[in-house]
Amino acid sequence: MENLIALLIAAPLLGAAVLLCGGRRLDAVGHWIGTLLAGLSFVFGALLFADMLGKAADHRTVTQHLFSWIPVSGFQADVTFRLDQLSMTFVLLITGVGSLIHLYSVGYMEHDERRRRFFGYLNLFLAAMLLLVLADNYLLLYVGWEGVGLASYLLIGFWQHKPSAATAAKKAFLVNRVGDMGLSIAIMLMFTTFGTFAFGPVFADVSGTGEGKLTAIALMLLLAACGKSAQVPLQSWLGDAMEGPTPVSALIHAATMVTAGVYLIVRSGAVFNAAPDAQLVVTVVGAVTLLFGAIVGCAKDDIKKALAGSTMSQIGYMVLAAGLGPIGYVFAIMHLVTHGFFKAGLFLGAGSVMHGMNDEVDMRKYGGLRKYMPVTFVTFGLGYLAIIGFPGLSGFFSKDKIIEAAFAKGGTEGWILGGAALLGAAITAYYMTRVMIMTFFGEKRWQPDEHGHEPHPHESPKSMTIPMIVLAFGSVFAGGLFSFGDRFLHWLEPVTGHQEGHPPVSAAVVTGATLVVLLVGAGIAYVQYGRRPVPVVAPRGSLLTRAARRDLLQDDFNHVVLVRGGEHLTRSLVYMDHTVVDGVVNGTAASVGGLSGRLRRLQNGYARSYAVSMFGGAAVLVALTLLMRAV
Amino acid sequence: MNPVNYLYLAALLFTIGATGVLIRRNAIVVFMCVELMLNACNLAFVTFSRMHGNLDGQIIAFFTMVVAAAEVVVGLAIIVSLFRTRHSASVDDASLMKL
Repeated sequence: MENLIALLIAAPLLGAAVLLCGGRRLDAVGHWIGTLLAGLSFVFGALLFADMLGKAADHRTVTQHLFSWIPVSGFQADVTFRLDQLSMTFVLLITGVGSLIHLYSVGYMEHDERRRRFFGYLNLFLAAMLLLVLADNYLLLYVGWEGVGLASYLLIGFWQHKPSAATAAKKAFLVNRVGDMGLSIAIMLMFTTFGTFAFGPVFADVSGTGEGKLTAIALMLLLAACGKSAQVPLQSWLGDAMEGPTPVSALIHAATMVTAGVYLIVRSGAVFNAAPDAQLVVTVVGAVTLLFGAIVGCAKDDIKKALAGSTMSQIGYMVLAAGLGPIGYVFAIMHLVTHGFFKAGLFLGAGSVMHGMNDEVDMRKYGGLRKYMPVTFVTFGLGYLAIIGFPGLSGFFSKDKIIEAAFAKGGTEGWILGGAALLGAAITAYYMTRVMIMTFFGEKRWQPDEHGHEPHPHESPKSMTIPMIVLAFGSVFAGGLFSFGDRFLHWLEPVTGHQEGHPPVSAAVVTGATLVVLLVGAGIAYVQYGRRPVPVVAPRGSLLTRAARRDLLQDDFNHVVLVRGGEHLTRSLVYMDHTVVDGVVNGTAASVGGLSGRLRRLQNGYARSYAVSMFGGAAVLVALTLLMRAV
Repeated sequence: MNPVNYLYLAALLFTIGATGVLIRRNAIVVFMCVELMLNACNLAFVTFSRMHGNLDGQIIAFFTMVVAAAEVVVGLAIIVSLFRTRHSASVDDASLMKL
């Protein structure tokens, strides 16, 4: 059965190879090949899942050794896959949600002449992400990690004829490179510390290693996670990544890419557990990002960018939970899965809205769409209720647990982190209600464009609505299904470990507080956007609003500190090169040249002057000989 | 007669030859001065042979004569061809070998 693991990756990889090498003759069927192979991978995943359920809880880890990749003495890198409960969860999420997004893209990309290539890239994305979560050592994980980076670059810049898309793709790639540096340094540190980078030996050796080294490794892993998961300070690429086609945004935000960082932290849990300082940094990064993303999400009028801010914020929750250690790992992954459902649903819904509105993204030009797109409205609405944590829906269970775990950290830290998580919940309710009201309620605000075409909002085709409906089911029921009898906890506990948190106040109080802030956030949004008409042109807004519209000045910060700083550094290095290095080289050459010019005059062509130098030389030699003799 | 006197003579002849090489422009005269220096050396070799009572110096003198004869052949040929091309036997006129 474990031989199927390689096929999980092979199916989408084959799809990518066939679609990208097959040429135009596959244009007519390419999208179905891609969807089929993604679905096949899901079927393999489901088979393995059924097999895994049949085994005892602590015998569920299976490995498949494919071949020795770099067999050098003292340096063993194998292509070995490891399928345990954690990777299984990811495999089902990636292939399941991924297949639905494939199906959705069939309709969404119908009029794009490069649809075959798009599906090739989607398959590549799935293959890379599966490799990332199935790898049994950090080096193989790194291959998947880079593959995800490549696929995201190709997909974000898919509409490369738009300069903004090309720039956004480059930005995502470059920011990710910074994180990749962290991962490669972490791997090197692991190799020097443990002599290996395979999961098993590394985690087993952690207990006998100095805390300083482990903290360094953990911080480098965190840097890597920040890059892929768009956490502060490497968050700037996520908003711009919305330049890609909407299914790509759904794929990046729900099933692949941004979840990789959370996976890395949870997978490396043994290292983080032994490095409490690094864990504290992780929680701080998570808390800051969850507020950062939420504030940005409040100010954006572009529906996709508002959802992007929301993703950043929700991933912040997961990172916060992962930083809490064994009390949070399970909930981080649980929120990741439920988030995968509702965020994919929300993005697909947003894509469906754009599809019906001539690719308009400005929510101020939507309004009242619930009458025109009932299916989109209902599925988006369920996703909305799930993400704000409406009782009974997925988000309620997973987010509530994270907030509890944050309080359970104890001491002042617990109160600060818990408070930040609660505040984030309130802001989430606010901005998601705002998106919901501006898009589906109120008066219609769209107008004819400059060519006189008025958008005719309409429901999307079946291939798009079916995935949305499936994801809506997941958004509604997944959380309850996981939480009922702590099923998800027992499922994941053998891998990540778990420790019951004890919040300073009872769990019921935390839940109550969460519901209160939810109502407050949603209420404020209703008063601001539901009770009075939404202006078509955005008002100037307060200082905070204007800053949030510019992504809280993240790009300005990067520009002033990093770009300018880099330019100054480069200029001074160039100056150094021109004056010092070139000065030495050119000076040597000039002095040799000048000396030669003088010596050249001795070659005057007169035989008699040569004779003089001969005689002079002979006289000097004789004089020296006599002198030596005398001494 | 004291053999050292022959050494004085050899030194005198060598000096005359060297001076001639340095100050005369006519190639033939320069050439003859070179011959004078060679013969001054020969005289010194023979004298030393006599003073030390062995034949090494005399043998070297024969070698020198052979080399001098060969040199005369080549040297005169060069001077003749130089004169034919430039109608002058001055060594300062043949000063093209320079940068």
